[in-house]
Formats: sequence, structure tokens, C-alpha cells
Amino acid sequence: MAHITGGWNPLGEVFFRKLELYSMDRSWQELAKLEKFKVAAAPYGGPIALVRDESKMTHIPGSTRPTVYIYTSSGREISQFRWNSGKLLDMGWSSSEDLLCIQEDGTVLVYDIFSNFKRNFSLGQEARDTKVLECKIFQGYVGTGLAVLTGSYRFFVINNIEEGHSRKMVEVPDLDSPPSSWCIICRDRHTQILLAKEKRLFLVDYTDVHEQTLTTSSPVNAFIEMAVSFDNRLLALFGDTGLLWTGSSDLQKVYCEFDTKSQKRPKQLAWCGTGAVVGYWENLLLIIGPHKDWISFNMKSEAYLIPEADGLRIVDSATHELLQRVPVVVEEIFNVGSIAPGALLFEASKEFQKKSQKADDYIRMVMAKGDLPLAVDQCIEAAGCEYEPATQRILLKAASFGKCFLTNMSPEKFVNMCKMLRVINSVREYHVGMPLSYEELKRLTLPVLIDRLILRRQWCLAMHISRFLKLPEAEGESRILGHWACYKVLQKHIADETIAQDIKSKLDTAPGIAYSEIAKKASECGRTQLAVKLLEYEPRAAEQVPLLMTMRDQKVALTKAIESGDTDLVYLVLLQMQETMPMGDFLMSLRNQPMAQSLFMQFCREQKPTLLTDLYYQNDDFQEMANCQVADSFKITDFQQKTDKLNGAHDNYTKARNEFAAKATEEQNKLLGYQRRLEDQYKVAYIGKSLHDTMHELISKNMSKLAEQLRKEFKVPDKRFWWLKIDALANSGDWLELERFAKSKKSPIGYEPFVEVCMNHHNKYEANKYIGRVAAENKVKMYIKMGSLEEAADLAFQQRSEDDLNQVMRQCLGNRALTAKIQGMKAQMYSKK
Amino acid sequence: MATHLSGGRINLAVWREVARRELLECLDKCVGSKAIVWDDHLTGPFGLIAEYSLLKEHEVDKMFPLRPGRLPISAGSGQGSMIIQNIIFLVRPRLDLMEIVADAIRRTEEAAGRFHMEFHIFFVPRKSLMCEKKLTELGVYGTLTTVGEYTLDLLPFDSDVLSMEMEQSFKECYLQNDLTTMFYVAKALMKIQALYGIIPKIYGKGTLSKHVADTILRLRREMAGNERQVQPQIDTLLLIDRTVDLLTPLATQLTYEGLIDEIYGIHNTNVKLPPEKFVRKNENEPQQELPTEPKKIILNSSDELFAVIRDKNFNAVGPELSRKAKILSAQYEERKDAKTVRDIKQFVTKLPHIQAAKASLATHTSIAELVKERTDLESFMDSLQTQQEFMNGVDTDKVNNYIEECIAKREPLIKVLRLLCMQSVTNNGFKPKIYDFYKREITQTYGFEHIVSLNNLEKIGLLKVQGQKTYNTIRKTLRLVVEDVNEQNPHDISYVYSGYAPLSVRLAQFLAKPGWRSIEEVLRLIPGPTVEETQQIPYGLLKKRTIGDSQSDNQKVTLVFFIGGVTYAEMAALRFLSNQDDGPMEYLIATTQVINGHNWLRSIMEDLVVPTFSEKEFGSTTGSRLR
Repeated sequence: MAHITGGWNPLGEVFFRKLELYSMDRSWQELAKLEKFKVAAAPYGGPIALVRDESKMTHIPGSTRPTVYIYTSSGREISQFRWNSGKLLDMGWSSSEDLLCIQEDGTVLVYDIFSNFKRNFSLGQEARDTKVLECKIFQGYVGTGLAVLTGSYRFFVINNIEEGHSRKMVEVPDLDSPPSSWCIICRDRHTQILLAKEKRLFLVDYTDVHEQTLTTSSPVNAFIEMAVSFDNRLLALFGDTGLLWTGSSDLQKVYCEFDTKSQKRPKQLAWCGTGAVVGYWENLLLIIGPHKDWISFNMKSEAYLIPEADGLRIVDSATHELLQRVPVVVEEIFNVGSIAPGALLFEASKEFQKKSQKADDYIRMVMAKGDLPLAVDQCIEAAGCEYEPATQRILLKAASFGKCFLTNMSPEKFVNMCKMLRVINSVREYHVGMPLSYEELKRLTLPVLIDRLILRRQWCLAMHISRFLKLPEAEGESRILGHWACYKVLQKHIADETIAQDIKSKLDTAPGIAYSEIAKKASECGRTQLAVKLLEYEPRAAEQVPLLMTMRDQKVALTKAIESGDTDLVYLVLLQMQETMPMGDFLMSLRNQPMAQSLFMQFCREQKPTLLTDLYYQNDDFQEMANCQVADSFKITDFQQKTDKLNGAHDNYTKARNEFAAKATEEQNKLLGYQRRLEDQYKVAYIGKSLHDTMHELISKNMSKLAEQLRKEFKVPDKRFWWLKIDALANSGDWLELERFAKSKKSPIGYEPFVEVCMNHHNKYEANKYIGRVAAENKVKMYIKMGSLEEAADLAFQQRSEDDLNQVMRQCLGNRALTAKIQGMKAQMYSKK
Repeated sequence: MATHLSGGRINLAVWREVARRELLECLDKCVGSKAIVWDDHLTGPFGLIAEYSLLKEHEVDKMFPLRPGRLPISAGSGQGSMIIQNIIFLVRPRLDLMEIVADAIRRTEEAAGRFHMEFHIFFVPRKSLMCEKKLTELGVYGTLTTVGEYTLDLLPFDSDVLSMEMEQSFKECYLQNDLTTMFYVAKALMKIQALYGIIPKIYGKGTLSKHVADTILRLRREMAGNERQVQPQIDTLLLIDRTVDLLTPLATQLTYEGLIDEIYGIHNTNVKLPPEKFVRKNENEPQQELPTEPKKIILNSSDELFAVIRDKNFNAVGPELSRKAKILSAQYEERKDAKTVRDIKQFVTKLPHIQAAKASLATHTSIAELVKERTDLESFMDSLQTQQEFMNGVDTDKVNNYIEECIAKREPLIKVLRLLCMQSVTNNGFKPKIYDFYKREITQTYGFEHIVSLNNLEKIGLLKVQGQKTYNTIRKTLRLVVEDVNEQNPHDISYVYSGYAPLSVRLAQFLAKPGWRSIEEVLRLIPGPTVEETQQIPYGLLKKRTIGDSQSDNQKVTLVFFIGGVTYAEMAALRFLSNQDDGPMEYLIATTQVINGHNWLRSIMEDLVVPTFSEKEFGSTTGSRLR
């Protein structure tokens, strides 16, 4: 094996290397004479689109329409399609790997990598009217953006092609011809266009235009080419005198001014990561470092440059190469004579495999400085930077060897790197053709990688990767299977039944499958039956129900909604049903869905009370109807309506076989009649009061006769009537009447209540009149109530009741004399026992 | 400020933190200065999550209660007025509120003129399609910049208590068969599982328990593959449907906290008390003006003393308070022994703690006095005695004299109904004649309108015509009534009702030891299906029990979810079980609402007419009418 450093080219203090990623597939080699084609390649090892460049061909009138070819980075054809729209101006890729084809009239057609047309959008009227002269696709802060220069020399920009529309940039004064060159700079969530009008530079955005002053060491007539680095922080300008200026993209810092001695405009100017600018002329590739150092390569055939975050890919008709700065760790390990810990460990490992005792010497050297953990890390990291699996392996071996000498090193880093390299190597594989670097994968993230594999219909590989990395099922397996199923339903030549079964059998074990998405796809392409079948499998009601509704399967939708327990979903279906069905049918259809009916009733209760009674009527729910009528009777003020409602309620209660309620309603009506007469007669409000309150009021107003009449009419039990009357009399202070009442006959409730009501009005004098008639066992309590504690104590003592004595004692807090007396009594009682 | 939440086995401070973060995410969606318009019902719950200063940090400059009409925001640039860029409505998804919201938006917009304001609405805890539709109908949906939801469902009340505070839940589920709130319950349980791990075992009793359990299992199927991988911290979920145990909330709670709730009502751990007792006696100013505002006190375990006495039987609170007083004064006396500078320094460091304890002691002594005023009342004692008779199954089949008397005296209806329902439940219903008699007494005394409320109670099963007699069997098998309760140093949960052990808690107790197998007979007598489900836990997440774990680690954790409400006394009983030395379970309590017999019955009753004069708070009237 040639030494690794063999292909390294020094550029100042650092090295650059060119690695061959692929030798291109034969189909590419046969087709791709790149000088004849327009090329568009997606970053992150994405697909490459080719279309014959008509401007470079002698125009044959009536010639056939061009074909657009889409290839993987390894040169395998993915798809092709005949271009049959307007004049194709340019192509480019979005961040979700959609091919954007920009027409001269400002229409953008979007295709996926399998040449399926997805949608189109327009860049606006002005672009249509004045034609698009030039266009550039860029990665903005929200997504993929697009900028065009129109025939009126105005710029229009879309920041995110997924949404939004084009906005006009501020016009550059006196721009009456296309600018010498221009580019887009996205910094700090801000999109700007830098353009050169001869040698004057303007920075343009939506609101402003600024002229930038840039002084160069040697004079320049015009900047004819410019390039922004992948991270938008660096800028390279190429002047017509051959001067190459590099600096920060805000033009504040100058890094280098280099004379290329070529006045010809380079075919392409691009940044290689952030370390160098690469200019490409006919046969020459010139790499210019920040300190005027340079390397040049001769190019055998026409090539195309694709800038990446950490390098630059060069593709020509035969090979696909990567130009990158040799990563620092790799340099430290492999550079000749390096004594970095990683280099020593690597040597040690090599010697160890040769079974040479030198291994020990090397390892001791590293350990002496305590650098072993660092050395292991370096080897792991370097493995991540290498493309050749063999190199990766020896580096990892070295790391593993070093790890043996460390007791408490976490294996996580090592294991992760091994895993990641397996993943990266598998997607770099020729037939997949995604030459990602480890750095890029980290930026892209694993879910996006899985997305891209899904996009390429690499189901199997995606599944293997997500299983291998134990990705959560929702992100990995289930999602992949979901997409696979969506693809599957599009295969129209297979019968619904078979597809449903295929899908079910594959997806059954995977949790969290969005069956609704698959069903939606099926529904979209007109396979309703299949969609319904698939929806059966959907566990999430919130997804299932709306789709069922769009397919007008309300009955099933309602059942599913009810099963879910989510009442909001039930309402969703109910509302649609209510809108689409005649009211009668709708109400009927609720009959065998009690839960839905209850919910609808709940809605009616607040919003449509009349509908509620209809429902009760429909269900023969007389009890509820009566309840409603009772409720209504209390809301209405008109007397006649009130009694009508109650009569209705009475009928319904009778129908509901609720005899008690029926009778009570009848009585209520009767009571209302009395109350009305009373109101007429005495001009006092009675309606709305209960029987009790009415009688109470009558007695207080000295109309006991009337009360007596009501009592008879409504068969008020004696006990209650006595309580009521006593209370009413005491309330009105009619003590005379109270006494008379007490003596009228034997009280059915005893005489305690008399004492009580008197005391409620603090009338001890009156209370005394009744205490004599109180039952013996309650007397003590009554005395206490009256505040006659002495008597209470005496009586309790007489009755030899310790409980009563205690009760009295609790009351006489602060009354020392009495407390003492009671204690005396208690003592006496004990002694007698 | 939420340290009291992190004291339990399950750290609920995490729960609060999540809720806070979600709230701030909602607020931060609205860029610029904000005014929040509150649904009155939500202010209490939000107080448990975020304090005003936190809202202020996120540019909430003003807060208003939700009322019809223009919001009192001075538009434009009047002097001194702040410019409010965003109006945020935080409301429950209720249709009646939408009209108020719409009205407020329209009028405010008119008044704002050319000054531009953005309107946002966040539904708590969930968005509702019906509400959105209503807003569209009212023509303001388009005006709203954001229509979002803020899933504040379970509120952390204490280190072991979560409540959803949905007062309508019970009524909606049982009277109107609207199970919307049960979906919220299931969602809340899913959130608990997302945070504290999947709960391996689910038990339950009652129709709604079954419904919730089914919904959870369903939601888990829906989630499949998307769950957070968390090691299970909760071992068992026990769902108890309130209708399984209708008796317990009817009884008067006799724990300290329970009594405070019965008498004054605790809302979101706050209680408002008459201020007179809390006036600090100041020697210098003999005549201080009496404050008229009620005194607001926060009741949670951050108050050390309260944590000790809250669950005690009220009869044991007095002795505890005086013991505490003695300790405090002893500690205070230590200053006299402090001779050296070091001693003094040590004393001084303890001083703030002593002072805080002293203040707390004073507060609780005052509260205890207030409570005692009530419990000493004859009517309280009589009512209690009647309750105990019913619970013992004594004479439950006859017309009860005390109830009759209460009706005749026109005591508050709720008090009467509470006793009546209790009699009905303990007798498994009335003989038709007795039932009709009671109903007649009530409609004649309190008004005919209550016939609908009585019907409601009947639907729930609180009142009914006699059916199969089961109560006495259940009472005996589960030892619901216990003689000779030791209120001071209880050894059984029955102390919380001085002799009655809540059926719900007994079920939990039996589940933990020896298991429900042993009481299958009784479970069959209790209405509603029995639920038993197992949820598979990924092998890697199983708890690894190693030999030599301390006792407390071996204690399993059960989350008891009371669907339809839980009383403070029941919580006390569960805590009592958690704190048993050899107790097999530690309990975490969650509920749709903290209830007591009073507010529970109130929520079931139909509000047909404006309440008449006699229907005030249970406590205030029982006393005043007799005094």
C-alpha cells in the first residue's frame, strides 16, 4: 500500500488531498460529455441532474425537446424525463432533494428524483413579462431559496420555496445592463445580494442598497466572478485583470489578493470548505490558499465543481473526486516524523501487529506524557475522516490497542464511531452513491439520512440502518415502513385486497404506523376501498375519524369517534352529520348511539333548548320532558303560562308513571292558585314561595286562619306544622299567641321547641314558661340553652347524670364558683357509688 | 416556593415545573407586551403554577377577569398608559364563555381604533371544536392570532395530592352522560405516565373507572412507539369511581383539614377565614381597626405544623397544639442558658425558625378555635350522632326524627339532603311510603322546584327506592365501622370519621394487602365493573430490586385516582396508610376535584331559581339559626 501521505499536496503550512470517490458508472461515462450539458448537483452527496445545454449547441430548428437525466453521485441513472415545457433556463436542488427547473418565464417546476412532477410555482408577473436572465438557488436560514435576475435588471428572491412568494429586492441605481457578477449571501437570518457593476460593489436587500467600497492592491475594471463559501462567511471575487480577492463576506476583512495571471473568466469559482478557493479554467484547476500559496492540477476532461461544507467534489465524465484539506488529526497521525500522541499510538499498534517489541517503546512514550487518552481519541477521530475502509480499520485498531492500556476509558466514542462508519460506508456504497463525510452526516443528522434513503426508495438499507442503530421506532422502522406502504398503494396493477394484506403483514409488528397517511394516499389516487381497509388498522382515532368523514363514511366515523373517548371528535362528526342530513334523520340516527346522543343533548342544553325537548319527545322520555317544563315554569313570569307548563308537566309525569311527581305538580298548581288569590287580596308577593314559607308568612302576619286552611288543604303533618307555627309566632314576637297555642292542645313535638324559639329571640322570660313542661331527660339541656347553668347543674345532680354534669361544666368556662360546685357534685356522686 | 411539592416519593415539583414551562411557551408565542384575561375559575389553579412576578417577567403587564364588555385598556398613547400589544384569553372550553370572549374582543377592538392589538385565546386544558365553531359563529375567530391550548389538568396541591378542580365533572358524567372530563382524566394520566413512567398495574372499580382504564389503554396503543422511555416510578394505579362509595363524602369529615373544608371551604389550598380571630394584639395601639377583608391562609405541607395536624382527628389537634407550644417556649427559654458567644450565635440562627413556628402556631390555634366554635354546637353534635347511627345501620328503615325535625325547622336544604342521602345509601333505598313522605316534606318546605334536584339525586343513586340490602354485608366484611377508635393515637383509618372507615380507602387498603382476591364477594356487591389490567414494561425499564434496599425503597407506590372527587378525610386516611411503619404502600392521590358533602351535593342539584335566603353556607347557617 502506498503511503497515505503520497497524495498530499502542501499548500502553505497545510496539505490538500484529492480522493477518488467513485469511478463513474458506464452509463454516465457514455453520456456525460459535460461540456455539452447543464449540470446541477445537490450538496451532501446528493443526486446530479444533467440536461443538454442548447446554448452550447448549434441550434437545429425543430429539434426534439431535451431530456433531463438524474444520476446518483456514483453515476448510476436514477431516472430521466423528456422536458416538454417552456425554455429551461436553469436547474438546482432543494434541501429536500427536489429538482427545481426554472423556466425563462419565471415558472419553477418541481420534480422528485424519480422524475415525478410534484408542483409548480411562479416567481411573479414581472419575471413573466421581462423574462428571467439568470437565477441562483441558495440555502437560506429557513430552507431552500431562489433568486432571479429579470430582464428589467431587478432581483426577486424567495427565501423558502416551500412557502411564501417572491419579494423584490431594492433596485440598484443606474443598473441598465446585467451586472458583471452577483451572488447571494445569507447571514444572520438575512438574505442579501452582492452584485458587481463593473468594479463597483453593491449590497442589496429588501429594504436597502449600499455601495461597498473595496480597494484592491492592483486596479481592476470589473469583478467578473464571485463565490461565497458554504457557510456564507467567506467571499472570493475575481477581477478581469486576473486578480483574485478573498475576504470575509461582509467585505470587512481581506485575507489575500492573488494574481492568477489569467484574464479569462474561470468556468467555475468555488470554495473548498473554508480553507481555499478553487478556480477552474479549461484544463487547469488552481487551488489558492489564504497566503498566496497555490497548487495546480491539470484536468483531462471537462469537470464540474460541487462545494461541500468540508471540501469540494469534482466530477468529470470518468471519475468523481473529493478535494479536501487534510484534516488536522489525520495530518498529525500520518505526517512524516509526527510525534503527536496519535501518531505514536498508531506506530505502536503497527509494531504490535508485527509482533515487534518496539510496540512497547512507543506505547511507553505516549503513556509517559499521559497522552494516551488523547492518542486514542485522535485515532478514532482520524478514522472518521478517512474514506478507505482499510485505513479506517487500521486506525480503529490502533485506538482499540491504546484502549487496552486505559482502565476507565468510556468505550462510547469508539463504539459510536464504529457504528457511524458502518452506516457511512454503506451509504457511500456504489449502488447507493451518497458520498457523505462523517462531518456532513453529523450536520445532516440521522433522521434526515433516513429520509434521503426513503426518498431513493432504499427501504431495505434504511431499515437495516435504523435497526442497527436502534433508532426509536417512530423515527426509524415505523416511518420507513409507512413510506414504503405509501409507495405500495400507488402500484395500481395490484389488487386492493393483496395490497392491504401485504401492508398489514409487513407493518403489523411495527408500532406507531400512521395508517391514516397511507389511507390518505390511497384515497388520493382514487382507491377508496383500499383506504377504508387501511383505515381499519389505524389506532389513532384523531387521524382516522376526519379521513373517514372526508370519505363520507359518517356512521363508521361516529362509531370510531365514540370508541376513542375523545368527545371533541364525536362533536366533529356530529356537526358534519347535522349539516349534511335532514334534522329528523339526524335525530333518529342518534337513537342507537346513546353516548353521541348525550353529547348532542349537552350541546342543545346550552345552545338549542327547543331541540332538547324534541329529543326527549323522540325518546319518549316523559320524565325529562316534565323536568324541563317544571324548570320552564319557574323561568316564566306570566301566571297562565306558568300553570300551563305545570299542567303539561303533570301529564308527562303521569305518563312517566311518576305518581309522586304528578301529584306534587298538581299541588304546586293548587298552591299557585292560592298564592295568586292571596296576592290579589293582600298585595304581598307570595308566588314563588314554598308552602312552608307561605304559611310562615301568613302566621307572622296574623292570618293563622288562612294558614290553617292551607294546612288542611295540603295535609301538612302535625309535627311540622307545630314547628312552623311556633317559629313564625316567635319571629313576629307574638308571645301571647304562642302561649295560647302551647295550651291549645298537647304538643306533638314536646315543649323543647318552645324554649328553643324563645331563646332564639333571647327571651328568657318567655322560655321560663315552658321549661316546666319539657320532658325530664331534656331539661338539663334546655336549662343550658337558657343560660340557667345553676339550675342545670342542680337538676343534673338530682338526676345523677354524670354526662349532663360534664356538659354543664363545659359551658361554664370562666365561672370558677360554678365549676367548683359541679366538681363537688361529681365527687359526691362518685363517693356514693 | 414549591419546595413542599418535592417531599414525596414521586416528585411533584417536576410536574409543576413542566406546567410552568408549558405556560411560558404559550405566553412567549405572543411577542410583545401582554394583558391576560382570566376565566375566573382559572385564577385559583394558576396561582399554584405561576406567580405574578413570573408572568411579569414575560411581559404580562395587566390582568383582567373575563367580563362582558370592553376591556379596561386605554387604547392609544394616553399619558401613563402602557401600550398593550397582545390580549390573551385564558379560558375553559365552555360555550357560555365564548360569548363573553367574543363580546370583549369586539368592543375592545372598536375602542382601540387604529391602534393595533393582537388577540389570542388559550383553552385550558384542551381546545374544543365546539368552542372554535362558536367563535366562528360569533364572527371573531378570524380576529384571533392564536387559538391554542394549555394543558393544565392536574394541579399539584401538595407533595402527594393532584387535583383537576373540575367541579362540573361529576354532574356531567352522571347526570348528563357527557364523558368529556373523563377524556381529560385519561389524558392527564397519560401525562403522568409520560413523566413518571408507565404504570404496570391498573386496578379500578366502577363504570367510569372502566371507561378511563379503557381510554388509557387505547391512548397507549395510539402512542405506540412514541413514548418517552422512563423507568416506572409508580407501581400501581387504582381508579375509584365516586359512585362506588357514595357514603363517605356525605359524612362530616372529622380531621382538622376536613373540618376546615366543611366549615369554610378550601379552594386550591386556600381558605378564607373571618378576620377577627387573626388580629394581632398590639399593646401599643389598643384600638386597632378590625379588618373587614377575610383572612386568606394557604394550607399545605410547607407549614410544618399544619403538615403534622392536618390529618389528625380534630379531637387530637388541641393536645398537639399545646404540646407544640410547650416545645416552642422551651426552645425560646434556651436563650437564658446561652452563656457563651457561641451558644448565643447558635440560638440566633435558630431564631427565624422559632419565630415562623410561633406564627404558625398562633394561626392554627386561631383556626382551631374557629372550628371548635362550630363543632361544639348542639346541631353539629346531633347531626353527627344521626350520621353515626346510619353508618351503624341503626333504624335506617324508619323516618328519622332528626331529619324530620331539621325539615320542620327549615334547616339548610343541603344539610337535610346530606342526611337523607346517607340514610338512603346505608339502607340501600327507602320503602316507597317513606320515600314519598320525605320528598313531600322537602317540596312543601323548601319549594316545589327541588323536585328536579331530587330527581337528580335519584339518577345518581343517592336516593332511591329500596333495592337489595348490601350495605350491612359490606360494612361488616370491610370493617367500615370500628368501635373504640383511638382518636389521639389511631391504629386504623376509621379515626378520620371517628369510627367510620371510608369504603374507598378500605378498597385501597385491601388491594395492597392481601389483594382483591380476598374480597371478591364484596366487590360483587359494590356497583360497577372491577378493572384489572397489566401494562407491559420494556425489559430495560424494569425496576431492579437489589437485596439490602432500605424499607422505604421497598415500599411500592400506588396512585389512587378518585374519579368524581375525594374528601380531605379520605386523603388523611390514605396518608395514614402511607405512614404506617410496616405499610406496604405509599399513596399518591389524584382526583377530578376535592369535595365535601356540601359542595358535592350542591354541584348535583339543579339551579332552577335564585337561591332563597336560607341556602347559604352549611356552616354559617347551622350556627346562626340556632343562636
